[in-house]
Amino acid sequence: MSDQPAPAPLLDIADLIVSYADHSARRTVVHGVSLIVKPGEVVALVGESGSGKTTIAQSVIGLLPANGRIETGRIRLNGTDITRWSERRLDTIRGSQISLIPQDPGSSLNPVMTIGAQVGEIFRLHGERDERTIRARVIELLGHVGLSDPALRAAQYPHELSGGMKQRVLIAIAVALKPQLIIADEPTSALDVTVQRRILDLIDDLRRETGTALLLVTHDLGIAADRADRLIVLQHGHIQETGATGAVLARPASPYTARLIADAPALSGTMPARPQPTTAVAADSPGAASDLVVVERLVRDFPLRSGETLRAVDDVSFRIAAGTTHAIVGESGSGKTTTIRIVVGFERPTAGRVVVDGIDVSTLKGEDLRRFRKSIQLVYQNPFSSLDPKQDVFTIIEEPLLNFEPLAKPVRRERVHDILDRVHLPRTVLGRLPQALSGGQRQRVAIARALILSPKVLVLDEAVSALDVSVQAQILALLNELQRELGLTYLFVSHDLAVVRQIADTVSVMKDGRLIESGAIEHVFHCPVDAYTRDLLAAIPGQGNGASPP
Amino acid sequence: MSSFETVEPTLADEQQAIAGHRSVRALRTVLARLELSLVIAWATIAIAVAFALVPFAFTRYSAVDGLAAERRMAPGIVHWLGTDELGRDLYARIVYGSVQTLSGALIAVGVGLVVGTFLGVVAGSSRRRLDDAIMRLVDVLLALPPLLLSLSIIILLGFGTVHAAIAVGVTSIARFARLSRAEVVRVRRSDYVEAAFGSGGTFFAVLWRHVLPNSLTSVVGLAALQFGSAILLISTLGFLGFGAPPPTPEWGLLISEGRKYISTAWWMTTFPGIAVVMVVLAANRISRALHGRTS
Repeated sequence: MSDQPAPAPLLDIADLIVSYADHSARRTVVHGVSLIVKPGEVVALVGESGSGKTTIAQSVIGLLPANGRIETGRIRLNGTDITRWSERRLDTIRGSQISLIPQDPGSSLNPVMTIGAQVGEIFRLHGERDERTIRARVIELLGHVGLSDPALRAAQYPHELSGGMKQRVLIAIAVALKPQLIIADEPTSALDVTVQRRILDLIDDLRRETGTALLLVTHDLGIAADRADRLIVLQHGHIQETGATGAVLARPASPYTARLIADAPALSGTMPARPQPTTAVAADSPGAASDLVVVERLVRDFPLRSGETLRAVDDVSFRIAAGTTHAIVGESGSGKTTTIRIVVGFERPTAGRVVVDGIDVSTLKGEDLRRFRKSIQLVYQNPFSSLDPKQDVFTIIEEPLLNFEPLAKPVRRERVHDILDRVHLPRTVLGRLPQALSGGQRQRVAIARALILSPKVLVLDEAVSALDVSVQAQILALLNELQRELGLTYLFVSHDLAVVRQIADTVSVMKDGRLIESGAIEHVFHCPVDAYTRDLLAAIPGQGNGASPP
Repeated sequence: MSSFETVEPTLADEQQAIAGHRSVRALRTVLARLELSLVIAWATIAIAVAFALVPFAFTRYSAVDGLAAERRMAPGIVHWLGTDELGRDLYARIVYGSVQTLSGALIAVGVGLVVGTFLGVVAGSSRRRLDDAIMRLVDVLLALPPLLLSLSIIILLGFGTVHAAIAVGVTSIARFARLSRAEVVRVRRSDYVEAAFGSGGTFFAVLWRHVLPNSLTSVVGLAALQFGSAILLISTLGFLGFGAPPPTPEWGLLISEGRKYISTAWWMTTFPGIAVVMVVLAANRISRALHGRTS
């Protein structure tokens, strides 16, 4: 077993091939991957969805789904081959030598057990029997991961904690026994940016204290650039590139890595200024006539069960000049989604006014509201749920045409073909169902459906958040192109400031239902007035490292 | 022109050959995926349906006339499944009885499916008050034991195969209504339904284009499952004497008539019983396969 001399790698994966059983055949998703993690090192496994990064992480800790199988290859931990270990043998090293920080804090904790009981379980599983000792260690641990009032937290249930707090609990479980290797599978992708930064800082601190190595699995090159010593770039189950973070970012050897870096909004140096429409400076000019969307002193209250009301949107006003893009930025719960749902007429404001193209939306109802929908369209965040799974692409794109003045079938067909060309989809997709399309293609279909009525305003609700970075870049480019060609006005909602910078002319920052800061994009980015805006800007990952290519 | 004529057939032939090749391969993958229990289930239903459609093709005996001399004969060469107390061939009676049971189950499922789904869709897509009113009515239906409910309905409607079938159908309305309402409510909350309203769709257009197609698949799965339990309930009613009147060879009635001779002529209860069990199991197996495919 000790065939390795002195500086043995902590984790040594050699020629790993992993496959999944489909309905009829086995599909190989990891094709002979070899990598090592040295003691105390941070290695980032970067790739887009389907690249096999999570599969590799799961094989290391023996958590492949039931239809997954390691075909060949070896996984060695401290020189010991653990590839074919049984569950029971793996249990002896899970938690004590390798531990996992899972992706989704929302679903990774047992909802019917208290936090204390769940954290205590790791000590119980590894032989601690004295309840008083366990309790003391749990409370110490919860304090250590930065939770306030750890004794109270230990008695609470997961639903009483925020997403960031839950992730801290999961980190506490992962570091409890001071393992030599922590595998973090997208530890922050479900969290807001400012929370994300704090969680990553915490992992860094804890890791340094104990000299633990970290295998960070992420799709976000910005996070990898900030945190990792070495990068391993994966594509379709093959390693594209591996090397020291700085070197890879400065001189990517593989064209795929170069494209990933170019597409990552935060990493591409100064973030290329988007092609400015001529009306881009309209934010400063008080030309009210050219403002296509006017939102004035918008308020929306929701009654709570307790009899109180929750003010989701509190006195929000902004204007969007025709042909420009206005972005609303905020973290979850900031009221941005409620705001746009009022703008498109799905919800009614408690007070205030929304005027789109001269029509007051807040008072419309019935047939007038239906007619109004022609001029403003919404594109949803998740292209997997916004397309009817039973309709083919042609029917989906054609449908809005059937709702208004009747058009002859050939005319409709021609309109659908036109719009399909505009969003750069091949005609061959027309007969397919959404499930046969990729995420990017689906979002193109959703955009096509929104555009077929030739609306003046397109509202994009986190429209690129669910997509991989390279797809994200393509969709953003498409949106910019469509705006230039069709003179569209966009209302773009996002939590991702780096994306907003690529597409918006003006921006509003929202927090707790209020508008904190508003203005031209360059202005807000370069001289933010509010402390919260500065915090948001600082939290964009990838700024500290290799941000300036030569 | 002539060159076209020579080229076209060969092209067509080639395409046909490719298509043929493909269909052979498709057939092979279908065969590879087939499960034996499912094949048996479909075969059982197919035989039962054939019994119902062309009973005379399966037996030369009559279902209602028998020879007194041949009464209560054990299964053998002449009478495969034996005869009853009036000398009627039991196999013939099962074959001719199939139409009673199957059509009854079909009517029952039809009543439940149509009425139940209609109520469920209306409840799921309407406002609070109508929804509440319909669903409380459904709760009342659910609260009554199915057998008691169907017996009361038969007493109201009068005896007979069709009336028994309707009575059985009414007992399944509640299940169809609940399922279809739940599905409609689920689909109505989805982004694509909101997007359809957002692109100017009217209420009925959206209901027709999106809500119904996406919510009815599991209802169809339930219909197949209900088919099995409807057969069981119809046979129960027949056994209790609430179904078809005596000379009719209904399966439940056959079991009931054979009960008197259970100590001396076991076949009179056993074979109709096996027929009921086989068809019910087959229907359940098929419904599970349908359900697995849709979900």
